[in-house]
Amino acid sequence: MKRPEPVQVVKSRRDAALTKLYSGVPYVQFLGVQFDRRGDELTAVLPYDEKLIGNPILPALHGGAIAAFLETAAVIELTWASLWEQLEAGDVDPETMNTPRMPKTIDFTVDYLRSGLPRDAYARARVNRSGRRYASVHVEAWQDNRNRLFAQATGHFLMPPRDDG
Amino acid sequence: MTEDKKTKLAKQFIEALPHSKALGMEFEAIGDGFAEISMPWDARFVGDPETGVIHGGAVSALMDTCGGAAVMSHPQSAQGTATIDLRIDYMRAATPGQRIRARADVYHVTRSVAFVKASAHDDDPENPVAAATGAFTFQMATS
Repeated sequence: MKRPEPVQVVKSRRDAALTKLYSGVPYVQFLGVQFDRRGDELTAVLPYDEKLIGNPILPALHGGAIAAFLETAAVIELTWASLWEQLEAGDVDPETMNTPRMPKTIDFTVDYLRSGLPRDAYARARVNRSGRRYASVHVEAWQDNRNRLFAQATGHFLMPPRDDG
Repeated sequence: MTEDKKTKLAKQFIEALPHSKALGMEFEAIGDGFAEISMPWDARFVGDPETGVIHGGAVSALMDTCGGAAVMSHPQSAQGTATIDLRIDYMRAATPGQRIRARADVYHVTRSVAFVKASAHDDDPENPVAAATGAFTFQMATS
């Protein structure tokens, strides 16, 4: 039996692949979104920045910034989930792979549950259905307390055509 | 309120929102229960580096700002507003390099909710890039 790879090799391969998914997207950089990874679980992180504010009097995060953050979390989760098996099987090498084609958003609905505080925000997306062409993704976002969501969203996505035909 | 005063207030509204300002949004027109706001194409707002198409999130921000401005411009609106929910349909990719213009209309208000429809287009107004429907908090002015 083959010896398991050293944990650092596995981790750095996964991290390199994940970074490749979002580091090349200008708008994700503009918002400052980052991703934490634990195994295959991703948490999108939106560090607080003044330019994310919508209502300066409250102050509260802009609904548009929140929508963009949740949509980014959904798209990256979807791409990551579809890449995961190939990555684990060693079929793709993060160093040489092309940036994967992103799914296209068909529609995206955001529920604003409470106003976004001027603090870091976190989001996790769950792929509820992923077919060859269409996918449905749900996203939950919170700030200080995981149990007090400040926004949630559902989106439908058109998957990129697969290389294997 | 006179048109001039409304226009001035609307301009101030956009400029007072740091996120809208960061996205370069410009106020185009405002009336009783409608608003028009535009946003430039900018390399920093690109969602797909291969095509240069603007990220859906930036379009969402434009729709949300425009919806909020439309609600605040409603003749019966007493104060500010917050988005309750917003659904965006992305009909096609916006053409890189072109401004995106959004228009939002309040089509119904109750004592506590304003219902809004919005659409956005680039230089081809016949083919919208996105449409939105949303509910916003509303405080009816007592007269």
